[in-house]
Amino acid sequence: MKTFDLATTSLRDINQALHEQAVECTEREWKITGAKGDHNLVCGLDQALSVDIEGHAGYYCAGMNKKAHVVVHGNVGQGVAENMMSGSVRVKGEASQSAGATAHGGMLVIEGNAGARCGISMKGVEIVVKGSVGHMSCFMGQAGALVVCGDAGDALGDSLYETKIFVKGSVASLGADCIEKEMRQEHLDYLTDLLNRAGIDEDPASFKRYGSARQLYNFKVDNVSAY
Amino acid sequence: MCGIVGLYLKNPALESQLGALFEPMLIAMTDRGPDSAGFAIYGDEVADGIKLTLRHEDVNYDWEALAEAARAELNAEVSWFQNATVAVFKMHTDAATATAFVEQHAPEVLILSAGHSIEILKEVGLPEVITETFNLKGMKGTHIIGHTRMATESAVTMAGSHPFSTGEDLCLVHNGSLSNHNRLRLELEREGIRFETENDSEVAAGYLTRRLQLGDTLNQALENAMKDLDGFFTFTIGTRNGFAVTRDPIACKPAVLAETEDYVAMASEYQALTTLPGIENAKVWEPEAAKIYVWERA
Repeated sequence: MKTFDLATTSLRDINQALHEQAVECTEREWKITGAKGDHNLVCGLDQALSVDIEGHAGYYCAGMNKKAHVVVHGNVGQGVAENMMSGSVRVKGEASQSAGATAHGGMLVIEGNAGARCGISMKGVEIVVKGSVGHMSCFMGQAGALVVCGDAGDALGDSLYETKIFVKGSVASLGADCIEKEMRQEHLDYLTDLLNRAGIDEDPASFKRYGSARQLYNFKVDNVSAY
Repeated sequence: MCGIVGLYLKNPALESQLGALFEPMLIAMTDRGPDSAGFAIYGDEVADGIKLTLRHEDVNYDWEALAEAARAELNAEVSWFQNATVAVFKMHTDAATATAFVEQHAPEVLILSAGHSIEILKEVGLPEVITETFNLKGMKGTHIIGHTRMATESAVTMAGSHPFSTGEDLCLVHNGSLSNHNRLRLELEREGIRFETENDSEVAAGYLTRRLQLGDTLNQALENAMKDLDGFFTFTIGTRNGFAVTRDPIACKPAVLAETEDYVAMASEYQALTTLPGIENAKVWEPEAAKIYVWERA
Protein backbone atom coordinates (compact mmCIF):
# COMPACT_ATOMS: atom_id res chain seq x y z
CA MET A 1 0.00 0.00 0.00
CA LYS A 2 1.17 3.50 -0.81
CA THR A 3 0.40 6.27 1.67
CA PHE A 4 0.29 10.02 1.10
CA ASP A 5 -0.05 12.64 3.82
CA LEU A 6 -1.74 15.85 2.72
CA ALA A 7 0.34 17.70 5.30
CA THR A 8 3.48 16.95 3.30
CA THR A 9 2.32 16.17 -0.26
CA SER A 10 0.26 18.55 -2.34
CA LEU A 11 -3.22 17.59 -3.50
CA ARG A 12 -2.13 18.06 -7.11
CA ASP A 13 0.79 15.63 -6.70
CA ILE A 14 -1.46 13.05 -5.06
CA ASN A 15 -4.08 13.27 -7.80
CA GLN A 16 -1.34 13.12 -10.45
CA ALA A 17 0.16 9.97 -8.94
CA LEU A 18 -3.27 8.34 -8.97
CA HIS A 19 -3.94 9.42 -12.55
CA GLU A 20 -0.65 7.86 -13.69
CA GLN A 21 -2.03 4.50 -12.58
CA ALA A 22 -4.46 4.69 -15.50
CA VAL A 23 -1.55 4.22 -17.92
CA GLU A 24 0.21 1.46 -16.02
CA CYS A 25 -1.06 0.13 -12.73
CA THR A 26 1.86 -0.44 -10.36
CA GLU A 27 0.02 -0.15 -7.04
CA ARG A 28 -3.56 -1.16 -6.24
CA GLU A 29 -3.91 0.10 -2.67
CA TRP A 30 -3.61 3.72 -1.66
CA LYS A 31 -4.17 5.65 1.51
CA ILE A 32 -4.41 9.40 1.96
CA THR A 33 -4.10 10.83 5.45
CA GLY A 34 -4.52 14.31 6.88
CA ALA A 35 -7.54 15.38 4.83
CA LYS A 36 -8.95 18.59 6.27
CA GLY A 37 -11.79 19.50 3.97
CA ASP A 38 -9.58 19.71 0.87
CA HIS A 39 -11.54 20.07 -2.38
CA ASN A 40 -11.17 17.84 -5.47
CA LEU A 41 -9.58 14.90 -3.68
CA VAL A 42 -9.01 11.85 -5.93
CA CYS A 43 -11.00 13.27 -8.84
CA GLY A 44 -10.89 11.67 -12.26
CA LEU A 45 -9.52 8.25 -11.28
CA ASP A 46 -9.51 5.74 -14.12
CA GLN A 47 -8.09 2.50 -12.76
CA ALA A 48 -9.26 -0.31 -10.44
CA LEU A 49 -7.60 1.16 -7.35
CA SER A 50 -8.59 0.98 -3.72
CA VAL A 51 -8.25 4.38 -2.07
CA ASP A 52 -8.84 5.15 1.61
CA ILE A 53 -9.08 8.77 2.73
CA GLU A 54 -8.58 9.51 6.42
CA GLY A 55 -10.28 12.73 7.55
CA HIS A 56 -12.92 14.97 6.02
CA ALA A 57 -13.00 15.74 2.30
CA GLY A 58 -14.20 19.00 0.71
CA TYR A 59 -16.09 19.54 -2.54
CA TYR A 60 -16.26 17.08 -5.47
CA CYS A 61 -14.42 14.26 -3.75
CA ALA A 62 -13.96 11.29 -6.15
CA GLY A 63 -15.71 13.22 -8.90
CA MET A 64 -15.81 11.53 -12.32
CA ASN A 65 -14.63 8.30 -10.74
CA LYS A 66 -14.12 5.33 -13.06
CA LYS A 67 -13.35 1.80 -11.78
CA ALA A 68 -11.76 2.90 -8.49
CA HIS A 69 -13.13 2.07 -5.03
CA VAL A 70 -12.86 5.04 -2.70
CA VAL A 71 -13.69 5.07 1.01
CA VAL A 72 -13.80 8.36 2.92
CA HIS A 73 -13.40 7.86 6.66
CA GLY A 74 -15.09 11.16 7.47
CA ASN A 75 -17.53 13.69 6.02
CA VAL A 76 -17.58 15.03 2.47
CA GLY A 77 -18.55 18.42 1.06
CA GLN A 78 -20.85 19.01 -1.87
CA GLY A 79 -20.75 16.98 -5.05
CA VAL A 80 -19.15 13.75 -3.81
CA ALA A 81 -18.82 11.25 -6.69
CA GLU A 82 -20.40 13.74 -9.08
CA ASN A 83 -20.52 12.31 -12.57
CA MET A 84 -19.13 8.95 -11.42
CA MET A 85 -18.99 6.44 -14.28
CA SER A 86 -18.19 3.17 -12.47
CA GLY A 87 -16.49 1.80 -9.36
CA SER A 88 -17.68 2.78 -5.89
CA VAL A 89 -17.49 5.54 -3.32
CA ARG A 90 -18.32 4.97 0.33
CA VAL A 91 -18.64 7.83 2.80
CA LYS A 92 -18.41 6.80 6.44
CA GLY A 93 -19.71 10.14 7.69
CA GLU A 94 -22.12 12.72 6.33
CA ALA A 95 -22.37 14.21 2.86
CA SER A 96 -23.28 17.76 1.87
CA GLN A 97 -25.51 18.66 -1.06
CA SER A 98 -25.54 17.22 -4.60
CA ALA A 99 -24.03 13.86 -3.68
CA GLY A 100 -23.76 11.67 -6.77
CA ALA A 101 -24.98 14.46 -9.04
CA THR A 102 -25.28 13.44 -12.71
CA ALA A 103 -23.46 10.15 -12.03
CA HIS A 104 -23.80 7.55 -14.78
CA GLY A 105 -22.77 4.38 -12.98
CA GLY A 106 -21.06 2.75 -10.04
CA MET A 107 -22.28 2.76 -6.45
CA LEU A 108 -22.29 5.56 -3.89
CA VAL A 109 -22.92 4.59 -0.27
CA ILE A 110 -23.34 7.28 2.39
CA GLU A 111 -23.41 5.87 5.90
CA GLY A 112 -24.58 9.15 7.47
CA ASN A 113 -27.07 11.68 6.10
CA ALA A 114 -26.91 13.40 2.73
CA GLY A 115 -27.87 17.04 2.20
CA ALA A 116 -30.12 18.62 -0.39
CA ARG A 117 -30.24 17.52 -4.04
CA CYS A 118 -28.79 14.06 -3.46
CA GLY A 119 -28.66 12.29 -6.83
CA ILE A 120 -29.73 15.36 -8.81
CA SER A 121 -29.93 14.47 -12.52
CA MET A 122 -28.50 11.00 -11.81
CA LYS A 123 -28.08 8.91 -14.94
CA GLY A 124 -27.51 5.36 -13.78
CA VAL A 125 -25.61 5.42 -10.48
CA GLU A 126 -26.90 3.43 -7.51
CA ILE A 127 -26.99 5.53 -4.35
CA VAL A 128 -27.66 4.07 -0.91
CA VAL A 129 -28.00 6.48 2.01
CA LYS A 130 -28.16 4.96 5.48
CA GLY A 131 -29.49 8.20 6.98
CA SER A 132 -31.79 10.81 5.48
CA VAL A 133 -31.62 12.99 2.38
CA GLY A 134 -32.45 16.70 2.01
CA HIS A 135 -34.87 18.50 -0.26
CA MET A 136 -35.01 18.14 -4.07
CA SER A 137 -33.26 14.79 -4.01
CA CYS A 138 -33.27 12.89 -7.30
CA PHE A 139 -34.44 16.00 -9.18
CA MET A 140 -34.67 15.03 -12.87
CA GLY A 141 -33.21 11.61 -12.08
CA GLN A 142 -32.96 9.71 -15.37
CA ALA A 143 -31.77 6.22 -14.47
CA GLY A 144 -30.31 4.21 -11.59
CA ALA A 145 -31.63 3.91 -8.04
CA LEU A 146 -31.72 5.95 -4.85
CA VAL A 147 -32.26 4.11 -1.56
CA VAL A 148 -32.94 6.16 1.57
CA CYS A 149 -33.04 4.27 4.87
CA GLY A 150 -34.09 7.39 6.80
CA ASP A 151 -36.39 10.19 5.66
CA ALA A 152 -36.53 12.26 2.48
CA GLY A 153 -36.97 16.05 2.38
CA ASP A 154 -39.35 18.11 0.27
CA ALA A 155 -39.95 17.62 -3.46
CA LEU A 156 -38.46 14.15 -3.71
CA GLY A 157 -38.06 13.01 -7.31
CA ASP A 158 -39.28 16.22 -8.92
CA SER A 159 -39.50 15.91 -12.73
CA LEU A 160 -38.32 12.33 -12.48
CA TYR A 161 -37.57 10.11 -15.47
CA GLU A 162 -36.70 6.47 -14.81
CA THR A 163 -34.72 6.49 -11.56
CA LYS A 164 -36.12 4.05 -8.99
CA ILE A 165 -36.50 5.52 -5.50
CA PHE A 166 -36.89 3.48 -2.31
CA VAL A 167 -37.51 5.23 1.01
CA LYS A 168 -37.94 3.53 4.38
CA GLY A 169 -38.92 6.56 6.46
CA SER A 170 -41.16 9.51 5.76
CA VAL A 171 -41.19 11.66 2.65
CA ALA A 172 -41.79 15.36 3.40
CA SER A 173 -43.37 15.83 -0.03
CA LEU A 174 -43.14 14.39 -3.52
CA GLY A 175 -42.04 16.60 -6.39
CA ALA A 176 -43.93 17.13 -9.64
CA ASP A 177 -44.69 13.88 -11.48
CA CYS A 178 -43.26 11.66 -8.73
CA ILE A 179 -45.67 9.11 -7.25
CA GLU A 180 -45.64 6.17 -4.88
CA LYS A 181 -45.68 2.88 -6.77
CA GLU A 182 -46.44 -0.72 -5.99
CA MET A 183 -43.51 -2.75 -4.64
CA ARG A 184 -43.58 -5.91 -6.74
CA GLN A 185 -41.39 -8.97 -6.25
CA GLU A 186 -38.93 -7.84 -8.92
CA HIS A 187 -38.42 -4.59 -7.00
CA LEU A 188 -37.98 -6.42 -3.70
CA ASP A 189 -35.40 -8.67 -5.30
CA TYR A 190 -33.55 -5.70 -6.76
CA LEU A 191 -33.62 -3.79 -3.46
CA THR A 192 -32.43 -6.86 -1.53
CA ASP A 193 -29.51 -7.23 -3.89
CA LEU A 194 -28.73 -3.52 -3.75
CA LEU A 195 -28.72 -3.40 0.07
CA ASN A 196 -26.52 -6.49 0.16
CA ARG A 197 -24.04 -4.98 -2.25
CA ALA A 198 -24.04 -1.75 -0.21
CA GLY A 199 -23.48 -3.72 3.00
CA ILE A 200 -26.47 -2.08 4.67
CA ASP A 201 -28.56 -4.22 7.00
CA GLU A 202 -32.18 -3.21 6.41
CA ASP A 203 -35.39 -5.13 5.72
CA PRO A 204 -36.33 -4.52 2.06
CA ALA A 205 -40.01 -5.08 2.84
CA SER A 206 -40.04 -1.99 5.07
CA PHE A 207 -39.37 0.36 2.12
CA LYS A 208 -41.79 2.10 -0.18
CA ARG A 209 -41.12 2.57 -3.86
CA TYR A 210 -41.49 5.86 -5.74
CA GLY A 211 -41.14 6.58 -9.41
CA SER A 212 -42.23 8.70 -12.33
CA ALA A 213 -45.91 9.09 -13.26
CA ARG A 214 -44.53 9.72 -16.77
CA GLN A 215 -46.81 12.67 -17.35
CA LEU A 216 -44.02 15.16 -18.08
CA TYR A 217 -42.14 13.03 -20.56
CA ASN A 218 -43.42 14.20 -23.88
CA PHE A 219 -45.12 17.11 -25.45
CA LYS A 220 -48.85 16.49 -25.14
CA VAL A 221 -50.39 16.55 -28.54
CA ASP A 222 -53.58 18.00 -27.06
CA ASN A 223 -51.66 21.23 -26.54
CA VAL A 224 -50.67 21.63 -30.15
CA SER A 225 -53.43 24.15 -30.75
CA ALA A 226 -51.59 26.56 -28.48
CA TYR A 227 -49.05 27.18 -31.24
CA MET B 1 -18.53 34.27 -3.84
CA CYS B 2 -17.74 35.12 -0.23
CA GLY B 3 -16.58 33.34 2.87
CA ILE B 4 -18.26 33.70 6.23
CA VAL B 5 -17.13 32.41 9.59
CA GLY B 6 -18.27 32.71 13.20
CA LEU B 7 -17.14 31.51 16.59
CA TYR B 8 -19.28 31.60 19.73
CA LEU B 9 -17.65 30.57 22.99
CA LYS B 10 -19.59 28.51 25.50
CA ASN B 11 -16.59 28.16 27.81
CA PRO B 12 -15.57 31.54 29.34
CA ALA B 13 -12.04 30.19 29.91
CA LEU B 14 -11.41 30.53 26.16
CA GLU B 15 -12.42 34.21 25.97
CA SER B 16 -8.83 35.42 26.21
CA GLN B 17 -8.04 33.32 23.10
CA LEU B 18 -11.01 34.31 20.93
CA GLY B 19 -8.95 36.31 18.43
CA ALA B 20 -6.23 33.69 18.23
CA LEU B 21 -8.77 30.92 17.60
CA PHE B 22 -10.60 32.98 15.00
CA GLU B 23 -7.68 34.35 12.99
CA PRO B 24 -6.89 31.10 11.11
CA MET B 25 -10.61 30.62 10.43
CA LEU B 26 -10.83 33.95 8.63
CA ILE B 27 -7.57 33.41 6.75
CA ALA B 28 -8.73 29.95 5.64
CA MET B 29 -11.54 31.67 3.74
CA THR B 30 -9.14 33.72 1.58
CA ASP B 31 -9.91 31.43 -1.38
CA ARG B 32 -13.54 32.49 -1.18
CA GLY B 33 -12.81 36.18 -0.59
CA PRO B 34 -9.44 37.81 -1.24
CA ASP B 35 -10.67 41.38 -1.88
CA SER B 36 -11.63 42.66 1.54
CA ALA B 37 -12.26 41.23 4.97
CA GLY B 38 -13.70 42.25 8.27
CA PHE B 39 -15.04 41.00 11.54
CA ALA B 40 -17.32 41.99 14.39
CA ILE B 41 -16.03 41.03 17.81
CA TYR B 42 -18.13 41.09 20.96
CA GLY B 43 -16.60 41.69 24.36
CA ASP B 44 -15.14 44.43 26.58
CA GLU B 45 -18.69 45.46 27.58
CA VAL B 46 -19.47 49.10 28.23
CA ALA B 47 -22.17 48.94 30.89
CA ASP B 48 -22.91 52.66 31.15
CA GLY B 49 -22.79 54.47 27.88
CA ILE B 50 -21.95 53.42 24.38
CA LYS B 51 -19.03 52.15 22.36
CA LEU B 52 -18.43 53.31 18.79
CA THR B 53 -15.91 51.96 16.32
CA LEU B 54 -14.83 54.76 14.03
CA ARG B 55 -12.62 54.65 10.98
CA HIS B 56 -10.48 57.18 9.18
CA GLU B 57 -8.00 56.17 6.50
CA ASP B 58 -5.29 58.41 7.99
CA VAL B 59 -3.59 56.55 10.85
CA ASN B 60 -2.46 59.94 12.19
CA TYR B 61 -5.98 61.28 12.39
CA ASP B 62 -6.44 63.45 15.47
CA TRP B 63 -8.83 61.27 17.48
CA GLU B 64 -8.07 63.13 20.72
CA ALA B 65 -9.37 66.36 19.17
CA LEU B 66 -12.64 64.58 18.38
CA ALA B 67 -12.79 63.14 21.91
CA GLU B 68 -12.11 66.56 23.41
CA ALA B 69 -14.88 68.13 21.35
CA ALA B 70 -17.26 65.38 22.47
CA ARG B 71 -16.40 65.91 26.14
CA ALA B 72 -17.07 69.64 25.78
CA GLU B 73 -20.28 69.41 23.79
CA LEU B 74 -21.87 66.36 25.36
CA ASN B 75 -20.53 67.01 28.85
CA ALA B 76 -19.80 63.30 29.06
CA GLU B 77 -16.81 61.13 29.87
CA VAL B 78 -15.08 59.94 26.70
CA SER B 79 -12.19 57.51 26.48
CA TRP B 80 -10.72 56.03 23.33
CA PHE B 81 -8.00 53.83 21.93
CA GLN B 82 -6.70 53.44 18.43
CA ASN B 83 -6.14 50.30 16.41
CA ALA B 84 -4.60 51.08 13.01
CA THR B 85 -7.21 52.98 10.96
CA VAL B 86 -9.90 52.45 13.57
CA ALA B 87 -10.57 54.12 16.92
CA VAL B 88 -12.85 52.71 19.61
CA PHE B 89 -14.67 55.46 21.51
CA LYS B 90 -16.36 54.75 24.82
CA MET B 91 -18.77 57.57 25.63
CA HIS B 92 -21.07 58.13 28.59
CA THR B 93 -24.10 58.88 26.49
CA ASP B 94 -26.61 57.02 24.32
CA ALA B 95 -26.03 55.69 20.81
CA ALA B 96 -28.18 58.25 19.02
CA THR B 97 -26.43 61.20 20.68
CA ALA B 98 -22.99 59.73 20.12
CA THR B 99 -23.48 58.91 16.43
CA ALA B 100 -25.18 62.27 15.74
CA PHE B 101 -22.22 64.03 17.32
CA VAL B 102 -19.68 62.16 15.17
CA GLU B 103 -21.69 62.71 12.00
CA GLN B 104 -21.90 66.42 12.67
CA HIS B 105 -18.37 67.09 13.89
CA ALA B 106 -16.45 64.61 11.81
CA PRO B 107 -18.33 63.79 8.60
CA GLU B 108 -15.05 62.41 7.20
CA VAL B 109 -15.14 59.64 9.81
CA LEU B 110 -16.95 56.38 9.05
CA ILE B 111 -18.98 54.90 11.90
CA LEU B 112 -18.49 51.13 11.66
CA SER B 113 -20.53 50.10 14.68
CA ALA B 114 -22.33 51.30 17.80
CA GLY B 115 -23.28 49.26 20.83
CA HIS B 116 -22.29 48.09 24.28
CA SER B 117 -20.17 45.17 23.19
CA ILE B 118 -19.59 45.19 19.42
CA GLU B 119 -16.48 46.37 17.61
CA ILE B 120 -16.32 46.07 13.81
CA LEU B 121 -12.97 46.15 12.06
CA LYS B 122 -12.66 45.85 8.29
CA GLU B 123 -10.39 46.88 5.44
CA VAL B 124 -9.77 46.26 1.77
CA GLY B 125 -7.08 43.65 1.19
CA LEU B 126 -6.14 40.08 1.93
CA PRO B 127 -7.55 38.58 5.14
CA GLU B 128 -4.06 37.75 6.45
CA VAL B 129 -2.98 41.38 6.03
CA ILE B 130 -6.11 42.69 7.73
CA THR B 131 -5.88 40.34 10.71
CA GLU B 132 -2.25 41.40 11.12
CA THR B 133 -3.09 45.11 10.81
CA PHE B 134 -5.64 44.90 13.62
CA ASN B 135 -3.72 42.30 15.65
CA LEU B 136 -6.76 40.02 15.71
CA LYS B 137 -4.89 37.23 17.50
CA GLY B 138 -4.47 39.41 20.58
CA MET B 139 -8.19 40.15 20.90
CA LYS B 140 -10.49 38.87 23.63
CA GLY B 141 -14.22 38.45 23.61
CA THR B 142 -17.23 36.17 23.82
CA HIS B 143 -18.11 35.75 20.15
CA ILE B 144 -16.99 36.93 16.75
CA ILE B 145 -18.23 36.78 13.16
CA GLY B 146 -16.26 37.52 10.03
CA HIS B 147 -16.50 37.91 6.28
CA THR B 148 -14.10 37.60 3.34
CA ARG B 149 -15.30 39.21 0.14
CA MET B 150 -14.84 38.30 -3.49
CA ALA B 151 -16.38 41.27 -5.26
CA THR B 152 -18.71 40.33 -8.08
CA GLU B 153 -21.08 43.20 -8.79
CA SER B 154 -19.75 46.27 -7.01
CA ALA B 155 -16.22 47.64 -6.71
CA VAL B 156 -13.55 46.65 -4.20
CA THR B 157 -13.93 49.60 -1.84
CA MET B 158 -14.23 50.26 1.86
CA ALA B 159 -17.95 50.94 1.38
CA GLY B 160 -18.42 47.51 -0.13
CA SER B 161 -16.49 45.78 2.65
CA HIS B 162 -18.44 43.62 5.04
CA PRO B 163 -19.64 43.21 7.72
CA PHE B 164 -22.41 45.75 8.16
CA SER B 165 -24.07 46.90 11.31
CA THR B 166 -27.27 48.90 11.24
CA GLY B 167 -28.30 48.83 14.88
CA GLU B 168 -26.80 48.62 18.33
CA ASP B 169 -24.70 45.50 18.75
CA LEU B 170 -26.24 43.81 15.72
CA CYS B 171 -24.06 42.49 12.96
CA LEU B 172 -24.72 40.17 10.06
CA VAL B 173 -22.42 38.41 7.61
CA HIS B 174 -23.95 37.14 4.40
CA ASN B 175 -23.00 34.77 1.63
CA GLY B 176 -25.41 35.04 -1.25
CA SER B 177 -27.48 37.75 -2.87
CA LEU B 178 -30.90 39.23 -2.20
CA SER B 179 -33.27 40.09 -5.02
CA ASN B 180 -35.81 42.30 -3.20
CA HIS B 181 -33.39 44.54 -1.33
CA ASN B 182 -34.24 47.78 -3.14
CA ARG B 183 -37.92 47.73 -2.22
CA LEU B 184 -37.13 46.52 1.28
CA ARG B 185 -34.57 49.30 1.77
CA LEU B 186 -37.17 51.94 0.87
CA GLU B 187 -39.67 50.45 3.31
CA LEU B 188 -37.11 50.25 6.09
CA GLU B 189 -35.90 53.80 5.45
CA ARG B 190 -39.48 54.96 5.84
CA GLU B 191 -39.51 53.24 9.21
CA GLY B 192 -36.36 55.04 10.30
CA ILE B 193 -33.54 52.61 9.51
CA ARG B 194 -30.51 54.29 7.99
CA PHE B 195 -28.27 52.74 5.37
CA GLU B 196 -24.75 53.74 4.40
CA THR B 197 -24.45 51.80 1.15
CA GLU B 198 -26.42 50.26 -1.72
CA ASN B 199 -25.42 46.80 -0.56
CA ASP B 200 -28.03 44.03 -0.26
CA SER B 201 -26.45 42.54 2.87
CA GLU B 202 -26.80 45.84 4.68
CA VAL B 203 -30.54 45.67 3.98
CA ALA B 204 -30.71 42.26 5.65
CA ALA B 205 -28.94 43.72 8.70
CA GLY B 206 -31.33 46.68 8.66
CA TYR B 207 -34.30 44.35 8.43
CA LEU B 208 -33.21 42.42 11.51
CA THR B 209 -32.52 45.66 13.39
CA ARG B 210 -36.07 46.80 12.64
CA ARG B 211 -37.62 43.51 13.72
CA LEU B 212 -35.65 43.57 16.99
CA GLN B 213 -36.77 47.18 17.55
CA LEU B 214 -40.36 46.01 17.13
CA GLY B 215 -39.84 43.54 19.96
CA ASP B 216 -39.01 40.32 18.11
CA THR B 217 -36.63 37.88 19.71
CA LEU B 218 -33.66 36.98 17.51
CA ASN B 219 -35.46 33.77 16.58
CA GLN B 220 -38.68 35.59 15.66
CA ALA B 221 -36.75 38.20 13.66
CA LEU B 222 -35.16 35.42 11.62
CA GLU B 223 -38.50 33.64 11.12
CA ASN B 224 -39.85 36.90 9.69
CA ALA B 225 -36.72 37.32 7.57
CA MET B 226 -37.42 33.92 6.04
CA LYS B 227 -40.78 35.25 4.84
CA ASP B 228 -39.72 38.74 3.77
CA LEU B 229 -36.26 38.28 2.27
CA ASP B 230 -36.13 36.92 -1.27
CA GLY B 231 -32.89 35.54 -2.57
CA PHE B 232 -29.98 33.34 -1.66
CA PHE B 233 -28.49 33.59 1.76
CA THR B 234 -26.49 31.91 4.41
CA PHE B 235 -26.41 34.31 7.36
CA THR B 236 -24.41 34.33 10.53
CA ILE B 237 -25.60 36.93 12.99
CA GLY B 238 -24.15 38.37 16.17
CA THR B 239 -26.03 40.24 18.86
CA ARG B 240 -24.87 41.51 22.26
CA ASN B 241 -25.43 38.11 23.84
CA GLY B 242 -26.35 35.86 20.94
CA PHE B 243 -25.20 34.07 17.82
CA ALA B 244 -27.40 32.71 15.04
CA VAL B 245 -27.04 30.85 11.74
CA THR B 246 -29.67 30.37 9.06
CA ARG B 247 -30.00 29.55 5.36
CA ASP B 248 -32.69 30.28 2.80
CA PRO B 249 -35.15 27.49 1.87
CA ILE B 250 -33.17 26.52 -1.25
CA ALA B 251 -29.88 26.45 0.67
CA CYS B 252 -27.50 26.64 -2.26
CA LYS B 253 -24.92 28.70 -0.36
CA PRO B 254 -22.71 26.46 1.73
CA ALA B 255 -22.50 26.29 5.50
CA VAL B 256 -21.07 23.94 8.08
CA LEU B 257 -21.51 24.02 11.86
CA ALA B 258 -19.38 22.45 14.57
CA GLU B 259 -20.18 22.25 18.26
CA THR B 260 -18.27 21.07 21.31
CA GLU B 261 -18.73 21.76 25.02
CA ASP B 262 -16.47 24.78 24.56
CA TYR B 263 -17.78 26.49 21.43
CA VAL B 264 -20.05 26.69 18.42
CA ALA B 265 -18.30 27.45 15.13
CA MET B 266 -19.73 28.25 11.71
CA ALA B 267 -17.96 28.44 8.36
CA SER B 268 -18.70 28.42 4.63
CA GLU B 269 -16.38 25.44 4.34
CA TYR B 270 -15.05 22.85 6.74
CA GLN B 271 -11.48 23.89 5.93
CA ALA B 272 -11.96 26.96 8.13
CA LEU B 273 -12.70 24.83 11.19
CA THR B 274 -9.73 22.48 11.15
CA THR B 275 -7.54 24.55 13.49
CA LEU B 276 -10.10 24.66 16.33
CA PRO B 277 -9.24 22.66 19.45
CA GLY B 278 -11.09 19.36 19.69
CA ILE B 279 -12.56 19.66 16.17
CA GLU B 280 -11.78 15.96 15.57
CA ASN B 281 -14.42 15.01 18.11
CA ALA B 282 -16.82 17.91 17.56
CA LYS B 283 -20.34 17.39 16.32
CA VAL B 284 -20.04 18.61 12.71
CA TRP B 285 -23.11 19.06 10.52
CA GLU B 286 -24.62 21.00 7.66
CA PRO B 287 -27.35 23.39 8.84
CA GLU B 288 -30.69 22.54 7.26
CA ALA B 289 -32.49 24.79 4.81
CA ALA B 290 -34.81 27.40 6.37
CA LYS B 291 -33.94 26.26 9.89
CA ILE B 292 -32.88 28.81 12.47
CA TYR B 293 -30.06 27.98 14.84
CA VAL B 294 -29.65 30.33 17.81
CA TRP B 295 -27.30 30.29 20.77
CA GLU B 296 -27.77 32.91 23.47
CA ARG B 297 -26.30 33.69 26.84
CA ALA B 298 -28.68 34.13 29.74
